[in-house]
Amino acid sequence: MKAAQNAVPFNNDPALQERLQAIIEKYKDEKGALIPVLQQAQDIYGYLPIEVQMAVAKAMDVPLEKIYGVVTFYSFFNLYPKGDYEISVCLGTACYVKGSRKVLDCIQETLSIEPGQCTSDRKFSLDTCRCIGACGLAPVMLINDDVYGRVLPAEVPEIISKYQ
Amino acid sequence: MADVNIKINNVDYQVPEGITILEAARMANIHIPTLCFLKEVNEIGACRMCVVEVKGAKGLVTSCVYPVSEGMEIFTHTKRVIDSRVKNLQLLLSNHNRECLSCVRSGNCELQSLCRLYDIREDSIYDGEKPMYDLDGSAVHLVRDNNKCILCRRCTAVCEKYQGVGVIGPNERGFNTNIGSPFNMKLADTSCVCCGQCITVCPTGALAEKDNTFDVFSAIEDPTKHVIVQVAPSVRAGLGEEFGLPVGVGVEGQMINALRALGFAKVFDTNFAADLTIMEEANEFIQRVQNGGKLPLITSCSPGWIKYCEHYHPDMIPHLSSCKSPQQMFGAIAKSYYAEKAGIDPKDIVMVSVMPCTAKKFEIGRDDQAANGVPDVDIAITTRELARMIKRANIDFLALPKEGVFDDPLGKSTGAGVIFGATGGVMEAALRTAVEKLTGKELENVEFTEIRGTDGIKEATYNVAGMDVNICVCSGTANANKVLNMVKSGEKNYHFIEVMCCPGGCVNGGGQPRQPAEVRNFVDIKALRAKALYDLDKERPLRKSHENPDIIALYDEFLSEPGSHKAHALLHTSYIKRPMYNDPKSHPVKK
Repeated sequence: MKAAQNAVPFNNDPALQERLQAIIEKYKDEKGALIPVLQQAQDIYGYLPIEVQMAVAKAMDVPLEKIYGVVTFYSFFNLYPKGDYEISVCLGTACYVKGSRKVLDCIQETLSIEPGQCTSDRKFSLDTCRCIGACGLAPVMLINDDVYGRVLPAEVPEIISKYQ
Repeated sequence: MADVNIKINNVDYQVPEGITILEAARMANIHIPTLCFLKEVNEIGACRMCVVEVKGAKGLVTSCVYPVSEGMEIFTHTKRVIDSRVKNLQLLLSNHNRECLSCVRSGNCELQSLCRLYDIREDSIYDGEKPMYDLDGSAVHLVRDNNKCILCRRCTAVCEKYQGVGVIGPNERGFNTNIGSPFNMKLADTSCVCCGQCITVCPTGALAEKDNTFDVFSAIEDPTKHVIVQVAPSVRAGLGEEFGLPVGVGVEGQMINALRALGFAKVFDTNFAADLTIMEEANEFIQRVQNGGKLPLITSCSPGWIKYCEHYHPDMIPHLSSCKSPQQMFGAIAKSYYAEKAGIDPKDIVMVSVMPCTAKKFEIGRDDQAANGVPDVDIAITTRELARMIKRANIDFLALPKEGVFDDPLGKSTGAGVIFGATGGVMEAALRTAVEKLTGKELENVEFTEIRGTDGIKEATYNVAGMDVNICVCSGTANANKVLNMVKSGEKNYHFIEVMCCPGGCVNGGGQPRQPAEVRNFVDIKALRAKALYDLDKERPLRKSHENPDIIALYDEFLSEPGSHKAHALLHTSYIKRPMYNDPKSHPVKK
């Protein structure tokens, strides 16, 4: 999570806001309730943008920094939404030695996002994973449920263009 | 509590039950080194510098948080202990920016001194990957260099626990852990109050004030400028520490002589303006009481507190005294009354202030702080910067005469002005004047001891001219937050509240000399420095602001009376509501 600025527009739906407020109300006076609140907030929004973190900070009287610290500490929490197409690159040992890092670099360059982030049109999000059990096909990348094996960095733009 | 029998390095001791090994060892004159530990604020046992061997324990234990128990056998300098500390230091240095030659902390860095103590050689340090962090110099008062940060979390602990601010904290995890603000915002875009407490507790050069010493040297060299200096009460209670004196030794005389030796045209005393503040603020209090104005009245001398109130409690702004702080009042008078008297164009005056405070660097740039069309104060430097200037000018500070006199006409002050630097001091000074004005009788005892001391929140009720006046004094903005919430809920009914941003008041300000944890954890710095001020107060022939002959002359010749139209134009200011965070999207930040 290098760049924390979120280019993805925030969906300020009042119905979602109401659900968030209900959760905060439920946990407000409970000590140590920050993580469950954040988990459930992420269930609502799919991720935890600054708008949501600020709302939680204000309602629970916790500094925003404390929340951001927790969110960036646990890999479970996302600062960015997931895209329509979730790209995942395996960085497990076999894929790594077969050059998956270069595949990842190439995806980053093609989409101008880093792992953990999402394109501003919410079409693609990028993550890394550890071994999907297809080492024979290394290096492997996934786009939603489609598996791509023995990927060469040069093939990345073409693969992505199929989904654009 | 009962005593327990323990052994430290095979010697028997009886120590109180419940204390830590670190404290017990201290009683045995063994000073175990620490890095992350700050008593009552940061007790996390994370850095593992303080490890010792305890017979029967599984591994080495962190003495800073490990309590003693009956029959415990402790070993503080076995090979295993020393090897562990050495390894810790080598690992801390593996990703540390080791450019000590150009580091502001070189010479009083806690990490550096431990490395010398344990003889860490350059070739023994792991040459690991180093994260490269950009410096954050966005705020007016400090620079953060995360490349020198050892993640001890002392800064984040004081920010959150003392000040209730919490705009900095640990972000990310593992190797990428870094101290910063939410969403990698610049500090200037957060609700940081500029108190500088983080700087005073930082063990390394990761945090430092913005240095303005060269600006002052250049101004003094400029033949077209008339450079005058004012110096705050707390500076004389702390400056000596920079020259090796113990905590709490007042150095008023040497300080005056050093400032003169540096080449300032006039050496004035902020205490004079403190007396002036009391005249205006006591008058404001009396006016509000008699005319049904907003109560409680809350003091406005501390710019960190003012910024806190503007960010966190903007609804309380009408309660703030409209009085400028003594620093700003001084500048406004220097560039009007003094300029007129000395026949100098205010534009040619450079007003330098020496403050125990980093928020003063913020205050000089605030709106409505330029009463004469030019900024009231041009350069604000901290006690630490003054010490740096004195050393750079090769002045043998300790050899200077202990007798020194401030220049006229803005140099005379009463004991009331002196105690401004300690929590409760402003209130006590205000009471000395307000009570006499309200009752029309001379005070027999000018010492209001109930509101002295370093407690975070103090209360007292005084019957003044038939009215019970409820008073509250607090320091540390976390305490101010508590007090304001009690006022808002109606739980407390105060008439007058003094708030100082830093715990203990200005004597413990963010611009004061840094004391290593070894001193900080075992000596009550704020109480000792405050005592130096109360001692000065006792020695002063005049102890009530309204008896200061130069203040009387200032009103007779220039301002006419407290709260006059002219006094308002020069000595009072206004406040604004500030957002908690500037829109982070308008400030793209990349790590």
